[in-house]
Amino acid sequence: MSELVLNPTVAHGAHETAHHDHHEQGFVSKYIFSMDHKTISKQFLITGIVWAIIGGLFSVFFRLQLGYPESTFPWLEDILGRWAEGGRIKQEFYYALVTMHGTVLVFFVLTAGLSGTFSNLLIPLQIGARDMASPMLNMLSYWFFFGASIVMISSLFIQTGPFSGGWTAYPPLSAVGDMSPGSKLGVDLWITAMALFVVSSLLGSLNYIATILNMRTKGMSMTRLPLTIWAFFFTAVLGVLSFPVLFSGFILLLFDRNLGTSFYLSEIYVQSTQTALPNEGGSAILYQHLFWFLGHPEVYIILLPAMGMASEIMSTNARKPIFGYMAMVGSMFAIAILAFLVWAHHMFVTGLNPFLGAFFVLLTLLIAVPSAIKVFNWLTTIWRGNIRFTPAMLFALGFVSLFISGGLTGIFLGNSALDIHLHDTYFVIAHFHIVMGVASFFGMFAGVYHWFPKMFGRFMNNTLGYIHFWGTLICAYVIFWPMHYEGLAGMPRRYYDYSQWQSFKQFGELNELITIAAIISFLLQLVFVFNFFYSIFKGRKMLVQNPWESNTLEWTTPINAGHGNWPGEIPEVHRWAYDYGKDGVDFIPQTEPVGKDESTHH
Amino acid sequence: MTAEKKKIHPYKFTLWVAMGSMLMMFAGFTSAYIVKRNQANWQGFDLPSIFAYGTVVILLSSVTMQLAVKNIRSRNMQAYRQLLLVTAILGIAFLAMQWTGFIQLNERGIRLIGQGSNVSGSFLAVIAGMHMLHVAGGIVALVWMLRNALFSKTRNYSAVPAEVAAQYWHFVDLLWIYLFVFLQFVS
Repeated sequence: MSELVLNPTVAHGAHETAHHDHHEQGFVSKYIFSMDHKTISKQFLITGIVWAIIGGLFSVFFRLQLGYPESTFPWLEDILGRWAEGGRIKQEFYYALVTMHGTVLVFFVLTAGLSGTFSNLLIPLQIGARDMASPMLNMLSYWFFFGASIVMISSLFIQTGPFSGGWTAYPPLSAVGDMSPGSKLGVDLWITAMALFVVSSLLGSLNYIATILNMRTKGMSMTRLPLTIWAFFFTAVLGVLSFPVLFSGFILLLFDRNLGTSFYLSEIYVQSTQTALPNEGGSAILYQHLFWFLGHPEVYIILLPAMGMASEIMSTNARKPIFGYMAMVGSMFAIAILAFLVWAHHMFVTGLNPFLGAFFVLLTLLIAVPSAIKVFNWLTTIWRGNIRFTPAMLFALGFVSLFISGGLTGIFLGNSALDIHLHDTYFVIAHFHIVMGVASFFGMFAGVYHWFPKMFGRFMNNTLGYIHFWGTLICAYVIFWPMHYEGLAGMPRRYYDYSQWQSFKQFGELNELITIAAIISFLLQLVFVFNFFYSIFKGRKMLVQNPWESNTLEWTTPINAGHGNWPGEIPEVHRWAYDYGKDGVDFIPQTEPVGKDESTHH
Repeated sequence: MTAEKKKIHPYKFTLWVAMGSMLMMFAGFTSAYIVKRNQANWQGFDLPSIFAYGTVVILLSSVTMQLAVKNIRSRNMQAYRQLLLVTAILGIAFLAMQWTGFIQLNERGIRLIGQGSNVSGSFLAVIAGMHMLHVAGGIVALVWMLRNALFSKTRNYSAVPAEVAAQYWHFVDLLWIYLFVFLQFVS
């Protein structure tokens, strides 16, 4: 294995002709403890898919409770055992399901599964490097993620059940074991898993940054990078700066849980044990500050890769250069900066000083500016384009649609005055699920359909892709659009049974509709999963190197590239990535030298 | 390769980014500290002087570490090994002195953790404790390098590992000086 560790200093500039992939690799070093970025990206993707199925299934379980609060489903007891005695999900387990759904989807699927997959796959391929700056750290990054997954999964099977205090893990529910069954061992496992996850994410991000800044091939200046790489770069910077702060919040939480300190805990009387806690003078709000200092950048950690991939896919499939390349980079930079300055908009109703709140309102609303720049650039990119409606392109367009409709409600929520009414209602659920959940999923699907041939040398089935796209798009709107109304009517999130409330009884049938759409949507994702695994083995074979007639470097590698990506020298780059339809030529790859009478640009 | 030489080594660059990351974690702690200090029920106390002596020790260890790098660059392996050993011992001494500081505080009746503890003490335990873990990680790396330098099979004359280790070691040193000054004057 050691001879495969590429000397990073050789990978750029000094093109050595000998290549590295002619050694016989054992099964273990090729598929399991692999240091090849392409294999690691597949590991992230497949683990992410498994997690997405689990997290999605959880949402189906709690939607059953919400849609049919009076009914029982005996088969639930077969699956969940005593957590669903008599076929109805127990209250404690309902909260555990909600908590795990959030944790799994936000961190394990949309952070690790999205940025882990595509940063790993595309960074070396699109910048022209043989592998990451440190393939070893890259491998560790995946295995820390795997460890985190095992610990998190194991918490589902313990006596007291998984953590149930919400994905944000606010104290005191997360800090005092006697608060609820889900506050016992489940929290310790949750924190351990999250700590491993943070380590994994940091190792990955360090590598992405070092690789992008140091290992670009000859001619690949920063302003010639595809927008995907810029997006992964800003994502990694956000991760490196914000995850450690979450980590420090977790450490204080661990001390409060296990070592009797009072960072977050103050004068508390626990009903279940009839005791007063000895802790004095702690502040639960402190945790919220530390959490949301990560929590808000986390939104962009999830969203930026989707933005980058959508840009790339839309330009390729519209056969037009991306509109406003530098504006795209600039707006991603602006988003990355603003991401760190808006965390308190999650805390408007915690007693935050209204004067301070005004600044956070202003900064939050400022994010609309770069977001709008991006949206208009996407629209002008496809404007009068020669659009190829591949499944990837449809998902990229769907991403823009969802980003607009989910982003607009963010303007409501960013106002501290409106937030007093909307906070912790279904309006918030609808907003963030559309703008960061479904939108990022669409970006991820777009990426999977688009780069599947690069990963596996085969295509995914288009028909199933179209069914997947239209079905999911319709279901996404049917699920989340009505939630806006429920939220405006004041329906709070995280309640177990709304039929008990006079004010929310009217939404009974709407909740049923949402549940039906959620189930259909879940089944449609299984179509995708089937398509994915079937196509790995039986999909239509890729016969040409560059099936999408794309400009970027990953399509100059052999169809099934070995470790090291290019068998010979790494190609040199002569132009930016978006010369589509220039001077009447459909596309000009980045490796093509600039011709004599070519019109100038970029 | 001459043009490449000017470029920073990827490992060193990665470590720079990682240092930014670690700094953010401690920035998280110290900003939480400032927030809490301005709230009710904060018990200020003076740091025992052993923390100041520890600061001198870790400063000294940075000097020996730098000398070790200088010696491996001139292939003076004997001196390199000795200086690595001295650096590691100074690092262990630093850890011991921090621990002694905790015990002295406890003897003065300032509980750091558990019942009767005040947040001010708990913050010291967390901040200094997390820093100690970072120093301990550095010591493990030093011992590993010492082991490599002892046996001919693993001996390597490349200065890069020593330079990377030194970069980290100076970082935890400067980090402690920041934390020490912070704890001394902000509490």
